[in-house]
Amino acid sequence: MVDLETFRQETRAWLEQNCPHSMRSPFKSDKDVCWGGRNWTFQSDDQQLWLERMAERGWTAPDWPVEYGGGGLSREEHKVLREELARIQARPPLNSFGVWMIGPALLKFGSEALKRQHLPAIVRGEIRWCQGYSEPGAGSDLAGLQTKAVDQGDHFIVNGQKVWTSYADKADWMFALVRTNPDVKKQMGISLVLFDMTTPGVSTRPIKLISGSSPFCETFLDDVRVEKDQVVGEIDKGWSIAKYLLTHEREMIGGFGRTAAGQKTLSQQAIDQLGLEQGRLADSFIRSDLARWDMDAKAFEITGERVTDETKSGQGVGHASAMLKYYGTELNKRRQEMLLAIYGSDAMVWEGEAWNDGALSRQWLRSKGNSIEGGTSEIQLNVIAKNILGLG
Amino acid sequence: MQRLVLNEEQQMLKDAARGFLSESGSVSQLRQLRDRQDETGFDRSLWQQMVEMGLAGTLIPEAFGGSEFGHVGMGQVFEEAGRNLTASPLFATSVLGATALQLAGNEQQQQHLSAIAEGTLLIALAVDEKGRHAPARVETRAEANDSGYVLTGRKTYVIDGHVANTLIVSARTSGAARDEDGISLFLVDADAPGVDIERTIMVDSHNSAVVRLDQVQVANAAILGQVGQGFAVLSQVLNVGNAHLAAELLGVATASFESTVAYLKERQQFGVSLGSFQALQHRAAHLWSEIELLKSVVLKALRALDDRADNAPALVSLAKAKACEIAQLATNEGVQMHGGVGMTDEYDIGLFMKRARPLQQLFGDYHFHADRYATLSGY
Repeated sequence: MVDLETFRQETRAWLEQNCPHSMRSPFKSDKDVCWGGRNWTFQSDDQQLWLERMAERGWTAPDWPVEYGGGGLSREEHKVLREELARIQARPPLNSFGVWMIGPALLKFGSEALKRQHLPAIVRGEIRWCQGYSEPGAGSDLAGLQTKAVDQGDHFIVNGQKVWTSYADKADWMFALVRTNPDVKKQMGISLVLFDMTTPGVSTRPIKLISGSSPFCETFLDDVRVEKDQVVGEIDKGWSIAKYLLTHEREMIGGFGRTAAGQKTLSQQAIDQLGLEQGRLADSFIRSDLARWDMDAKAFEITGERVTDETKSGQGVGHASAMLKYYGTELNKRRQEMLLAIYGSDAMVWEGEAWNDGALSRQWLRSKGNSIEGGTSEIQLNVIAKNILGLG
Repeated sequence: MQRLVLNEEQQMLKDAARGFLSESGSVSQLRQLRDRQDETGFDRSLWQQMVEMGLAGTLIPEAFGGSEFGHVGMGQVFEEAGRNLTASPLFATSVLGATALQLAGNEQQQQHLSAIAEGTLLIALAVDEKGRHAPARVETRAEANDSGYVLTGRKTYVIDGHVANTLIVSARTSGAARDEDGISLFLVDADAPGVDIERTIMVDSHNSAVVRLDQVQVANAAILGQVGQGFAVLSQVLNVGNAHLAAELLGVATASFESTVAYLKERQQFGVSLGSFQALQHRAAHLWSEIELLKSVVLKALRALDDRADNAPALVSLAKAKACEIAQLATNEGVQMHGGVGMTDEYDIGLFMKRARPLQQLFGDYHFHADRYATLSGY
């Protein structure tokens, strides 16, 4: 392993050379976020350049093995990279369910052929993935899913409906949970399959949310042909992979409350908006609410550190992800409510360039979904009560 | 960077403290001390055993007979003490006294550290003058004369005040009643003429006292640190103290929680265990999550003290604030979920609630430390 300090110096120099200046500021709106994929239209040449340069080094998936296009970085090097990116307020070059979700699942459970087929395209941002989990009748009770996959020898024919599929209308491939065996206990007959969204019989319809955006879709699967070599892991054994992915998703959603690189902290925004009087925030009631939130957020961050360290040391309680998901999403909802208090009516504007197209009100509304998607807060509390506390 | 987990030695100390205190410093021993109205307020033979285990010298350098085991190690002992509601001089003497002497003591004063490690000296820190913690609000005066200083004033909620051999007293040598400048620390012999100490019986049956100082003459050699500059030392001592109070509150919260969950499993109503009701499951699961956060911040604060990190004061206030908040929640939920028996003296859960609150108040409650955290964070 290269000496970390050398790695830091090299990384810093490379970023200085290669990160376009327009990519060195926080996202101004959702439109600035790069998701990649076949149909992606880059917002600027710089956005494209930044993705290509980072993908070239495998730094869109820094800790994946080099043989699959990843950066091959150690945990420590990855941390250095994150710090150096944060230092120049670099935007993430790519947001990707491929990198965050199906990629890690393929690395852990996928065949060599599946890894070679899918991972490099994820790293390069060429294929955009979506997740087919929830169904109209299977929300909190996910294992009750009914989308059927009927065995046709070398392939399955899939029929059913998925819902809350993030960006299904923009995605190139889907990873989906389907029922391959209806005659066993519900968790035992589920498989995780991959298919191209252009396959005949796949159609999507966006769902408009209270925030005005439509990040989710209904996805209809009508006699969709799925090749058998696109099953991840074993047939009928998909539930354990699904749970692994849910854990991953929980951790991801749980992280939403954290202040992203370059983003102003909540307390700094409060100081900017409300001002200080003798070194104290001018509004004493907001100050005390802010301190409560701030301390909880810091405690949550330190807990993330402890959970990671315990995992590395082979200690810890396992199901920590349920707690992280529960606490992290509730924290983010509280953060959004704090922003409303800090900005007042400015946070209630819906349209207009001067108000950043109502970003504050829209992100506040969007945050309400955090404690619903990926398993509601109540489901997380059930998991903790049953699996950790042994109540039931 | 060191991982945010206990190392092997720290885990061994924690296990040893758990085994020992649950045996010899348990809740039933506290009940006995209370019920026989023990005047010392702790068991001397327990303290002797703690000394023999080396606990008294956990924070003391090896040169003075201590083990120099550090704050993470000592914090594990306090967490276990919190679990068992153990009454002992460990906090006042081996945390507050030892820290103050190490930070500010001259060569001669530091000799006291050996006596602490040997268990022959008990110390009490006399800071507050009113119910609500305010370390800079010092009206006790120290006036210089030819022989040194004359101390006059009244100190309240002095932990172990009535059993200590030596008091560390904050007194004003200059400045106005709330100024941080002008506060000095003095080592005062508990037997000195003019010192009157009266035990205060507290809700948790742990030691506390009022110390009255009436024209107490002390020598110049009694000054601990620099004249007028005592507040900086005091702040550091309180910082260390609050980290260990947070650890003790973590122990109180954890034990309350565990006994509550056990009760939820055991108690039957409507033909099923209480723990089968989702309304209670969710409250228990929320509390568990909060205690997980508390564990993290307590360990982080103790580690920051060992590392002498710049942000240690903020991390300590975070730990103490969170500890106050969650110990309060855990004990309140504990009594409520125990139902009627939670209100009885017979069940331990009430004792945990009664221990939590004085620990919360001591050296600043949630509000005090939330305010301090905000100030240290620049707002």
